[in-house]
Amino acid sequence: METEKPARRRETKDRRAEGLPSGVEGFNDRARRAVADEELHDSIELFTRKSVAGRNAVLDALPEAPELRERAYRIKQETMAHLDRHLQQMADAVEARGGNVFFAADGEDVVRYIGDLARSKGARVITKSKSMATEEIELNRRLEEDYADLGLEIVETDLGEWIAQLAGDTPSHIVGPILHMNRKRITEVLSQTAGEDLPPDVEALGSFARKRLREKFLTADIGITGANFGVAASGTVVTVTNEGNARLVTSVPPVHVVVMGIEKLVPRFEDLSVFVKLLARSGTGQELTVYTNFITGPRQTGELDGAEEFHLVLMDNGRSKLLGTDFEEALYCIRCGACLNVCPVYRQTGGHAYGSTYSGPIGAVITPLLKGHDEAKDLPHASSLCGACWEACPVGIPLHDLLLKLRNQQVEAGLAGKAQEIAFKGFESTMKRPLLYNISSKAGRLAQKPLEKNGSMRPLPGPLSGWTDSREMPPLAEKSFRELWKEGV
Amino acid sequence: MRVALFVPCYVDLIYPEVGVSVVRLLRKLGVEVGYPEGQTCCGQPAFNSGFFDEARAVGRHFLDVFEKERFDYVVCPSGSCTTMVSHYYPFIFKDLPEERERSEGLAGRVREFSDFLVNVMGAGDLGAHLEGKAVFHCGCHQRRELGVLEEPRDLLAHVGGLDLVEWENEELCCGFGGTFAVKMPDVSTAMADEKVKALEESGADTLISCDSSCLMHLEGRLRRTGHDTRVLHLAQVLDDGKAG
Repeated sequence: METEKPARRRETKDRRAEGLPSGVEGFNDRARRAVADEELHDSIELFTRKSVAGRNAVLDALPEAPELRERAYRIKQETMAHLDRHLQQMADAVEARGGNVFFAADGEDVVRYIGDLARSKGARVITKSKSMATEEIELNRRLEEDYADLGLEIVETDLGEWIAQLAGDTPSHIVGPILHMNRKRITEVLSQTAGEDLPPDVEALGSFARKRLREKFLTADIGITGANFGVAASGTVVTVTNEGNARLVTSVPPVHVVVMGIEKLVPRFEDLSVFVKLLARSGTGQELTVYTNFITGPRQTGELDGAEEFHLVLMDNGRSKLLGTDFEEALYCIRCGACLNVCPVYRQTGGHAYGSTYSGPIGAVITPLLKGHDEAKDLPHASSLCGACWEACPVGIPLHDLLLKLRNQQVEAGLAGKAQEIAFKGFESTMKRPLLYNISSKAGRLAQKPLEKNGSMRPLPGPLSGWTDSREMPPLAEKSFRELWKEGV
Repeated sequence: MRVALFVPCYVDLIYPEVGVSVVRLLRKLGVEVGYPEGQTCCGQPAFNSGFFDEARAVGRHFLDVFEKERFDYVVCPSGSCTTMVSHYYPFIFKDLPEERERSEGLAGRVREFSDFLVNVMGAGDLGAHLEGKAVFHCGCHQRRELGVLEEPRDLLAHVGGLDLVEWENEELCCGFGGTFAVKMPDVSTAMADEKVKALEESGADTLISCDSSCLMHLEGRLRRTGHDTRVLHLAQVLDDGKAG
């Protein structure tokens, strides 16, 4: 998304070009470019509008939706309270069916497990269905680098993920990985792969993709999927897709590897009915996705399909340290993407501005939690705290409150910066002393005189330029309310 | 009925006329209005920036000021500042039993202006008249934390001469978000532009809200982009569109 696009009509000054520090580094710069990108804006709007309208329609038609949301929250709360027990149950159930289970502390562990497995199988082609967990640890890149001698060909088979992979791009949305690309761009990418100009129509592009992917499905040695849910009691892994690609990934190759975040568990089979009802409705506005797959271990005697060998990789990668903390609710997420679609910040910037695998409100919450504030210092601030995310979340995660707690965590860790520390000490000191407040407001009125013009403030220096660069700022009134009150209202 | 007026700091300093309209309307309904003079700010700017200790210090001052004298209700012409006290004081004082109890005691009695008028006073037609075609912007705290969505519309429906129209994506945030507006100016401005565009398309000549902060943001962008849309707080509309 670094290509030059026509600027939108909005003109905002580049603070950094003027030698001014950007309030929040990184996100701001990427967001500025995204905001000015008209094509990107159109693509995001098309996708989010459709998703939000679809979601609203199917949820309105489900009278028990609010109750399901409550139940979903409680199930997750209960799951996290005894996660160790549920994980053990899950592992036991999978092993009882002849599957292999591996607990991975981090991405490194996952890469090593799958790389060693590929080596022992003499694998060359690996097919994958959509998995945010493997995106999170950059599994493809790391396998290709760390196991270069195997000459692995790793193919994403979700259409969007595949196009992103071909373009050397990353997903910009949990559910719609390439919503940032328009048809023109997709045609370009696929034409380049085809080695010929493909017509820009859905059917032609789709049939080309189908043909290419079919070859890979049939020759794959290992299939890797993520998991939307894991049922602890039965050891069942659930994947939902609309393209059916996960079925081909899990049933054609002899080996199936599932990479699942440890928070994806639900205790019982009946809990699934709550989440499956909410997931597709919230994510894509469907009552149910086209395919919902239940996989319980490898193919059993007498079964017609399924992989001969089944591996479940349970990945922690920073999750368990959130258990029992103020931030545990972040683990309740079912990755439906609803919070992205309704977020007015995401709708302006798209996912890449966040600079992390997970974008939007949930990304702004879990990225610093999983990776630490150093890598994601800006993200908790990439929100107006409007709460649309919390309202849309099918599990009722108070995302905007978690963002506030993250901001506080930064302050406590001394990451907010001296300027802010001084400013808010001054704020406290003024606001708890009415006399000082009154004196400051009068001083402010005097000080603003030379800065005022035609009932508005001239461009202001420092952080306030962030406002006056693009918006008028009203001056302080000649008399405050308290003065008017004293005079007699 | 005795009511303590809580006038947010930016209303006090920038939009005192909103406070004046509130007083006039409350008195019109026979409410005895008091103004605890030690009041300053609810502490939200510090809170939203993650400076919880500083917000707590300001919050304690707020509790002191509004507990000094017994009022039936505390009325505030801002959904956002009302939310800070009613929802987020219990949040920041969660682990401090004394302050938590005090803030929970106050929480139920702090009411946003339109909420108070409709749900406490049973007000409907206040006899106001204002010519124009208007859209209403509900601030996010008021919409989601307070759930006071219909009350302002009910009051506006009774304003003679006023044509209240729907506008596109009315539930979207205006992009103010406190310090967000200066920390992330590009995104914040782009969000305001969405609202400006929807306002243009609605054909409205007047923008109304219960939060002067949202209005300050949207008016700031409207004026910069050459719009002369009339921008009013609900209290001013009910007070016949008076500006002080």
